[in-house]
Amino acid sequence: MGPLLALAAGLLFGAGLALGGMTDPAVVLGFLDVAGAWNPTLAFVMGGALAVTFVGYRLVFRRAGPLLAGQFTLPTARAIDARLLGGAALFGAGWGLAGYCPGPAIASLPAAHAGTAAFVLAMLAGLALARR
Amino acid sequence: MFPTLWLQALFGGALIGGAAVLLMLGLGRIAGISGIVGGLLPPAVPDWRWRLCFIAGLLAGPAVVGLVLGRDPVGMPAAGLPVLVAAGLLVGLGTGLGSGCTSGHGVCGLARLSPRSIAATGVFMLAGGAMVFVVRHLVG
Repeated sequence: MGPLLALAAGLLFGAGLALGGMTDPAVVLGFLDVAGAWNPTLAFVMGGALAVTFVGYRLVFRRAGPLLAGQFTLPTARAIDARLLGGAALFGAGWGLAGYCPGPAIASLPAAHAGTAAFVLAMLAGLALARR
Repeated sequence: MFPTLWLQALFGGALIGGAAVLLMLGLGRIAGISGIVGGLLPPAVPDWRWRLCFIAGLLAGPAVVGLVLGRDPVGMPAAGLPVLVAAGLLVGLGTGLGSGCTSGHGVCGLARLSPRSIAATGVFMLAGGAMVFVVRHLVG
């Protein structure tokens, strides 16, 4: 059941990204370009996602644990340190260069654009480097 | 922009939120893409199965939307190969060091009112905006 649920969640996630226009880098860059022809689409996507998650999490967390696993696996780190903020700054810089964050880049792979594949391979290398 | 496009974006966002809630309800996991993918890279974690299944679903999502909309929702890459490789390295390194991306911090973390996620989201939004400003309005 667990893998099936993960598959369904991934499918919903990928469909939501695509429906929201997030698999088109031009839409994402249009949101980040506040000094240009600003495209607010990303704000609506994020707003919709946040509203549902905010309410849904509160309902889920009333339970003692998840349906198919022993316990909730939540981040335990509390420190707002240089690693967190520096990492976020590097991420934002890359996001602004390409208009891809990890989810939309991976979801766009089946379209078989060489540039998307190159981005994802480099992203995996960067992730692996950060885990060392 | 037409109100129907706002609604479509809002609904797309709601689907993403639904996926995040489903993953927490079922497996107790944060729906953060960089974290889910990172766990598949060395050093290996034992729980790779649900991660791979989630990514399989993620890969299939846009095709389903393509059938519904009658057009391909996936756009062309917005930069040349060298820039995309540099951007990919920055995104991978940054989300790895910063423990999350737009989904893990920007959706799941903000929904949990996590101070770390609020700080990270503010920083990557500002950095993204700054980079676009430099590329489009200073260099371009």
